[in-house]
Amino acid sequence: MCVLAHVLEEAGIATVVLASMRPVAERMNVPRVLYCEFPLGRPLGMPDNAAFQHEVLSAAFDLLEAPEGPVLVDYPEIVEAFETPLACALPPRYDPDIAPSVDEAQGLRAAYDRAVARRGTTEVGRSISADGVPGALTDLERVIAGEHWKEVYGPRLDTLAISHDLRSYYQEAALELAEGPAPGARQVEAWFFEETEAGKTLAVARDALKDQDAPDGIIFYMVPVGR
Amino acid sequence: MSSDQTMRDLMANLPVPEFESTPWASPPPLAQATVAIVTSAGLHRADQDRFVGRGDVSYRMLDRGDRELILGHWSSNFDRAAYVSDHNVVYPIDRLEELAADGTIGGVAPRHVAFAGNQPDTVSEVRLDTGPAAAAELRADGVDVAILTPV
Repeated sequence: MCVLAHVLEEAGIATVVLASMRPVAERMNVPRVLYCEFPLGRPLGMPDNAAFQHEVLSAAFDLLEAPEGPVLVDYPEIVEAFETPLACALPPRYDPDIAPSVDEAQGLRAAYDRAVARRGTTEVGRSISADGVPGALTDLERVIAGEHWKEVYGPRLDTLAISHDLRSYYQEAALELAEGPAPGARQVEAWFFEETEAGKTLAVARDALKDQDAPDGIIFYMVPVGR
Repeated sequence: MSSDQTMRDLMANLPVPEFESTPWASPPPLAQATVAIVTSAGLHRADQDRFVGRGDVSYRMLDRGDRELILGHWSSNFDRAAYVSDHNVVYPIDRLEELAADGTIGGVAPRHVAFAGNQPDTVSEVRLDTGPAAAAELRADGVDVAILTPV
């Protein structure tokens, strides 16, 4: 973002960066920076809160009044992440003959479909569609059971994209099922990794892949830093 | 320590490109300015090419009316749920429309820009090639001001 600010200004476009990493912005001589200490992934601070978003934009536009730069201003309000798991019920065990994660994922399908219908799009689809979710979880269970990843996936390991799709499938279903206002940052992440069978499977499979010396660049991002 | 603080600490000492000076464009008064959003969230329409993992230096032009956009940034280390709930938390296009309607800004740009934030450390392609190309497209649309939203 800071590089693009330089590029755009050189082209004659005045910029304001809503920066999320203050030390990076400080070191790059960026023309106008509003440092916003908000959860990562939320540069405007709060979803479903037009008033808050307008206040942030107003503070950003105020920086255009400065006669010269660089200008770096801290937005006065801090928003913190809230890392307790989202309260969201999971489907009961239905088919004892299949893995718990696969059973669970199938039980969430109706909620996922409702979410897609309402929003008109989905984040699932980098590697698999929703139809591929049970199969993707079955593959992870095979790795956990001891099969080598090359036997499961062939030469090209795509678990980074698959993990994104699994998380997105669960996230969209959870946002459809949970009551109340939009959850705090990382609440859905905490729910997925701490409470769902799929999240636990993904984390264990990541460890199994690590033990099999799978390429680090692929497995590193399967699970967020610190999990 | 929170996950966000872990990421901020990781990023704090990353090498960054050096810029010895600060370029400075002087915009027209806000009420006459055409405003665009430039984001590093890797947003794209379903009919546009996806961003391809780490090191993708390309960008997508988003039309003013586009709403059903996919968040194409590859990192697993930020909250994605907020965007799914409300795209404006990353891409405040509806807020800009409101500001144009009430006369606070001169207008909303016809097109907006999405890059993917997970760039190679040198960032030289964005600096020298795709960044200037995107800037030229915005200038051709008469854009005066850009709000940059990172994820």
